[in-house]
Amino acid sequence: MRRHSLQHDAEGRLRHLLTIEGLKRAQIVDILDTAESFISVSDQQVRKVPLLRGKTVVNLFFEASTRTLTTFELAAKRLSADVLKININTSATVKGESLLDMLHNLEAMQCDMFVVRHADSGAAHLIARHVAPHVSVINAGDGSHAHPTQALLDMFTIRRRKGEFAPLTVAIVGDIKHSRVARSQIHALTTLGVSELRVVAPKTLLPADVETLGVHVTHDLDEGLRDADVVIMLRLQKERMQGAMLPSEGEYFRTYGLTEERLARAKADAIVMHPGPINRGVEIASSVADGPQSVILEQVSNGIAVRMAVMSMVLGRAPREEGA
Amino acid sequence: MNISIQHGRLIDPANGIDTHADLHIAEGRVAGLGEPPEGFVADSHINAEGRIVCPGLIDLRARLREPGGESRATIASETAAAASAGITTLVCPPDPSQPIDTPALVDLIRHRARSAGHCRVLPVGALTQGLEGQQLAEMETLRQAGCIGVGNGLQAVENTQVMRRAMEYAASQGLTVFLHAEDPWLAAGGCAHEGAVSVRLGLTGIPEAAETIAVARELQLIEQTGVRAHFHHLSTARAVRLIARARYEGLPVSADVAAHQLYLTDMDIGYFDSLCHVRPPLRGQRDREGLREGLRQGGIDAICSDHQPLGADAKLAPFPASEPGISGLETLLPLTLRLADEGLLSLPEAIACVTARPAEILGLLADGQGGSLAAGARADVCIFDPEPYWELRAEELQSAGHNSPFLGWELKGRVECTLLAGELVFHRC
Repeated sequence: MRRHSLQHDAEGRLRHLLTIEGLKRAQIVDILDTAESFISVSDQQVRKVPLLRGKTVVNLFFEASTRTLTTFELAAKRLSADVLKININTSATVKGESLLDMLHNLEAMQCDMFVVRHADSGAAHLIARHVAPHVSVINAGDGSHAHPTQALLDMFTIRRRKGEFAPLTVAIVGDIKHSRVARSQIHALTTLGVSELRVVAPKTLLPADVETLGVHVTHDLDEGLRDADVVIMLRLQKERMQGAMLPSEGEYFRTYGLTEERLARAKADAIVMHPGPINRGVEIASSVADGPQSVILEQVSNGIAVRMAVMSMVLGRAPREEGA
Repeated sequence: MNISIQHGRLIDPANGIDTHADLHIAEGRVAGLGEPPEGFVADSHINAEGRIVCPGLIDLRARLREPGGESRATIASETAAAASAGITTLVCPPDPSQPIDTPALVDLIRHRARSAGHCRVLPVGALTQGLEGQQLAEMETLRQAGCIGVGNGLQAVENTQVMRRAMEYAASQGLTVFLHAEDPWLAAGGCAHEGAVSVRLGLTGIPEAAETIAVARELQLIEQTGVRAHFHHLSTARAVRLIARARYEGLPVSADVAAHQLYLTDMDIGYFDSLCHVRPPLRGQRDREGLREGLRQGGIDAICSDHQPLGADAKLAPFPASEPGISGLETLLPLTLRLADEGLLSLPEAIACVTARPAEILGLLADGQGGSLAAGARADVCIFDPEPYWELRAEELQSAGHNSPFLGWELKGRVECTLLAGELVFHRC
């Protein structure tokens, strides 16, 4: 069974990017460094490099997305790849079938990379296990499991603003339980070795045993924000009120919403991040989201460079010795 | 036909027998042990030298998929697989596609099993009509049609009043109630044990309390109604303790554990291995140890296969969307024997968990209807070689379901012959 090295090839290089878990620190740093070199591409007049010329990238989105889909598309185009977008509307009954049927159809075409988003945890792993040997899979979000490129662009943003990871105190606030972004961020931040990583939420929004991921848990926002260098706010889905997770949006904002007053408990130069889309007045006040400490728009533009880095590293590997 | 099984090691836990002796069978029943009884002339001999001869295995929970799911498995395919695994009696629970709530359904299942002729199938009738948890099923009619007891399959009876009435009624008819203990609200949407693994993988968890709360509720109702009850496939150490305490206090309850729960934990899910998607879910290390301890100390009586044959497509989906279930018939005996190899149980104790103990739960033992090799008992016999190691391979599985997380495992102990009421129904060439 090679299941534990599914995302690496025989030489230990990234073949797929499915999760941050299991990536080495050096590998993450390598991706961030590569992304840095692509930042300049976006500033040039001709915003293209020929690294993936002749390659075909398929965006396979089983779940709606705007920013992630768009930035993946832009990233692939700036690498000169041909890009195909397939939106699949999933009805609950055909979820499993349509995924594999789609896969077999695509296998027959000459595609080099699938960028996959799916509502079920483990979908990207399933696809990676079944694609032809030359095909790579990038996980663009699977259920509540992982969203590795989002976490990488967050790390990239943090590094550009803060430099070293080691001295940082990071607080992730909000719906950790249902968040694939939070899980990937936690793996990335613990691998990069921040000094302290806190998660802040009521118990209803924290998965059981979350501390096994290597985080400090607090239910008090003020305590969680104290002297933090980085504050990451998570989106709160409106459905959470129905599932008896929370009493109301109003109470949530009063208890866990980030306002200027509460942000004052963090370090003066703390940055505020959010994977988007933002619910203004639910998890974050507009004055903070648009304020001087917010790097939310920067995250979006960094997303292109980071996704270019991941795609070029995964597809641009030197050809493997055949017969190996 | 008269058969003598010669030179084997006879292990018959129901009668405390573990000895080297011949076993003689006449007219479908055990005629005697040791020297042939007077006037007995064997028509054929089976040489069991170096083999263990024990009662045919009794599996307390196996889904057969027929009627309704014939594309995946049939009673013929699954009973043949059972015979090849030394199993001579299968208890088949109701499920929504075959709710076993009419005598016609009971007849159909029994008829198909009889005409296939590989293994006896004992259906568990519905506790509520359509397993919907609202109206009582015709339990007495189902009993007369041949149901061994009643239960509601994997469907919860949410309404506590309905459950109480159902138990009261079952108790009045002298029926055993077979229970799947799971709180439907706590388990809703879940696909894995709530713990470190489900957190990491972003899978919706099924907390331990989903089982313990249901067990606690049912125990209260059992005490109140006096019904005889059996808990299927326990998965948590705490539930085992609750049941052990209730038994100590004299409640008429018994319990089984699925063989896979004694070996696997949620860690085996790895990165979304859907073969480990099963209900109740694989729990943590402490639960696995608690289940083993329950088996050793007697909180758990029996080991079942919890067989659930599935087609390949059922598992080819993202973990939460894949269908839960393990094809378990063919690993029941080797996994049970492994407990003896590991020193948890003696060999006769391990064998008792799949013979005498389930026979007692089903009320077969006293009537000589299974689980025993006493003179006069039904000649359901399993003969196996305890020594050889073999690898479990999908292409060699007899069951139509190849969904086993034990594929690739080295298992020890292999069935050579199976006799059903004195007829040879399986023989390994």
